[in-house]
Amino acid sequence: MVKKGYFGSWGGAFIPEVLHQTFKELEEYFSQAKNDPQFWQEYLKVMSTYSCRPTPLTHAENLSRHFGGAQIYIKREDLNHTGAHKANNVMGQGLLVKRMGKKRVIAETGAGQHGMATATMAAKYGFDCTIYMGEVDVLRQRPNVFWMEKMGATVVSVKDGSRTLKDAINEAFRDWVTNVDTTHYVFGTACGPAPFPEMVSWFQSIVGNEAIEQILAQHGRKPVRIYACVGGGSNAMGVFGRFLDEEGVELVGVEAGGRGIDTGKHAARLCGSDASPGVAQGYRTMFLQNDDGQMLETHSVAAGLDYVGVSPILSDLWERGKVRFESATDAEVIEALDLTMKKEGIIPALESAHAFVQAFKEAPALSPDDAVIINMSGRGDKDIFTIAHAFDDPSWKKFIIQRGLEYSKSK
Amino acid sequence: MHLEDRLINMRREKDILLMTHIVLGYPSFEANREVVRQMVENGVDCIEMQIPFSEPMADGPVIMKANLDSLKRGTEVKQCLLFGAEMARTHNIPFLYMTYYNIIFKYGEKEFIDECAASGITGLIVPDLPPEQSDGFFSYAAEQNISTILIYSPTSTDERLAELDKAGSGFIYCMARRGVTGSKSELDDTFDTYLQRCRKATAKPLAVGFGIRSREDIAALKGKADMAVIGSETIRLVDAEGAGSVGQFITDLRS
Repeated sequence: MVKKGYFGSWGGAFIPEVLHQTFKELEEYFSQAKNDPQFWQEYLKVMSTYSCRPTPLTHAENLSRHFGGAQIYIKREDLNHTGAHKANNVMGQGLLVKRMGKKRVIAETGAGQHGMATATMAAKYGFDCTIYMGEVDVLRQRPNVFWMEKMGATVVSVKDGSRTLKDAINEAFRDWVTNVDTTHYVFGTACGPAPFPEMVSWFQSIVGNEAIEQILAQHGRKPVRIYACVGGGSNAMGVFGRFLDEEGVELVGVEAGGRGIDTGKHAARLCGSDASPGVAQGYRTMFLQNDDGQMLETHSVAAGLDYVGVSPILSDLWERGKVRFESATDAEVIEALDLTMKKEGIIPALESAHAFVQAFKEAPALSPDDAVIINMSGRGDKDIFTIAHAFDDPSWKKFIIQRGLEYSKSK
Repeated sequence: MHLEDRLINMRREKDILLMTHIVLGYPSFEANREVVRQMVENGVDCIEMQIPFSEPMADGPVIMKANLDSLKRGTEVKQCLLFGAEMARTHNIPFLYMTYYNIIFKYGEKEFIDECAASGITGLIVPDLPPEQSDGFFSYAAEQNISTILIYSPTSTDERLAELDKAGSGFIYCMARRGVTGSKSELDDTFDTYLQRCRKATAKPLAVGFGIRSREDIAALKGKADMAVIGSETIRLVDAEGAGSVGQFITDLRS
C-alpha cells in the first residue's frame, strides 16, 4: 500500500518539526475542501468571473498547415488573469487561506508568474503578501517584479546559492517556520511536502477538464498527444490529469534542455541521466544532484523551468511509463517562439515554448486527422527583455539605451 | 555507554551542560580542529558537527552561509566522516552529526549509521526527517546504539511531544522559539510554560537551542534545562575573531 502523501515511492513530507502542526491543519482543510462540492463550485465561480475561464482551445490552423501533419490545438492558459496557469492554483489556495483564517501569504517564484498571481490574489482577498525570488530571476523578470510591487507585495530578492527558484523556496520556508501562526505558504507548483503536490494538481485539474470537452467539441475525437513543459510540473499535471486513463492519448512532458543535455547546463531531470532520487525541500523526487547529495546548478533560458527537482507525481508517472519526457534547448525554444508569433500571432512564454518545440518535431509524422494539444502555460510578454536579447533585436537595444540615458540624466 | 546515560552522568557533575555546533569544513577543517580543541578544553560537554548541505532549510543566515561556503571550498561527506572519527578518537566527549536527510539518504542509511557506530559518533540530529517518514532509519540506528535526537518545537501539541519522545533517543532538542537558527530568543514566561510542557512529556535530558548566545541566556536556563546549545554564536565569533577566541568565550559562558 502506498503511504499517505506518496505517489509510488515519491513524495512524503520531510519537514522540520515546527511545521508539523501547520501541515496537519493544512491537510485537514484541504481534505474538507476536496470533499465539499460547494468549495469547488465557489472556485469555479471565481475562476470564471475573475480569471476568464474556461480558457479557449485554439486551433492553430496556420501551424497545422505549415507542418502538414496533425491538427495542432493550443490550450490558452495565457489568457488566464495574470497571464498564466498559475492563477488556477493561487486562487484556489486563496480560498483555502480564507477558510483557515490566516491573514498573510508568502510565495516563491521563478519566472515571476506565480509571484504575480499570488500578489494579485492577496490584493483581491486583502492579505499581506511577501514574494521570494532569486536575484537572478529578479533581473530576468523585472516586469513581473514591477507589477508585484505595484499590487502591494514585498518582493525579496534572494542572494543565496544559485539565486534562482530553489533558493527562493528555501527562503520562503525560513519565513514560514518563523511566522507559521499567521502565514500560509502558497506553494507554486506540484512539488514540496504533501499535501502540496496533490493540492496544486487538484486546482490545476481544471485545465484538463476543460480541454477534453473542448477537443471533443471542436475536433470530434480525443487528441493523440498532449504536450506540456515541465519545470515543477503544475501545468503538466493540470492538463495530463484528466487524460491519464484515456486510451490512445500519449502524454509528453518537455523539460529544459538549456544549452544541451550533454553540456550539463540544463534542467532535465526525468529526461536524460543526470538526475537521481533524493530528498530535499521537503519531498522525495528526482533531483539534479551530485553523488554526495548536494544540489547542482541548473540552466534554462526560461526562468520557470530551471528547477532542480520535479513533481513527485511526475516522477511516479515517469517510472510507470505513463508520461514520456523530452527536452528542448534554449535555441530550439527561441526558434519555436519566432514561428508561433509569425504564424499565429500568439506569444508563448519561454517556458511554454518548450512544449511547442516537441510538438513541432512530432506533428509532421502524424495524420491530419489526428489532433495534438499543446498546453500553453503562459504568455510571453513577461519575457520581453530575454526574448529581445535572444533575438538580438537592434531597435529594442536602441530603445533601452535611450531610456537608460534619459533616466541617468534625470537623476 | 548510551548517549542518554552519558549525559545523565555528566549532568550530575554540573548544573547545566553545554553543547556547541560547528559546520564541518567551515572556515576549514584545520580551523574546526582548533575550535573543537578549545571547546573541549574549556568545558564543552557535547559537540554537534554539521555536515554541510546545499539546501539547509531550517538554518538561519549564519549557518546557511557556513554550509554554502564550506561546499564552495569542496567539502565532501567522506571528509566530514573522517574528521568526525578523528574528533571522537581524540576527545573524550560525545560527538553528534547534524545534517539534512538527503546526505544520509545518498550515502545509504545503513552505511552511514554503520560508519557512525564504527567511528565513535554517538548521535544524529536530522531536522527534516520526522519519525513517520522513515521507520527503518530510527530502528537501525537504535540497533547500532546511535541515538536519534528529535526536536520539540513551541508549535508541537502535547500529543505530538509524547509521540516524539517515544521515537527519539539520547536527549530531546527543544527549539526555544519558532523560526530558523541564529536569532535571539526571548526566554520569558511563555518559554517557561513551553519548557514545562516539554519536561512533562519526556524523561530524557532536555537541551535548549535556537538563539542561545550569552552567559545570561545560560544562567536563565539553569534549573530548567539539562543542556544549553550554542549554535550560530561561535561561528560568528570565529568569523570575527578567529578560532583562537573560542576558548575564552566558552569559559565566560558558565563563569
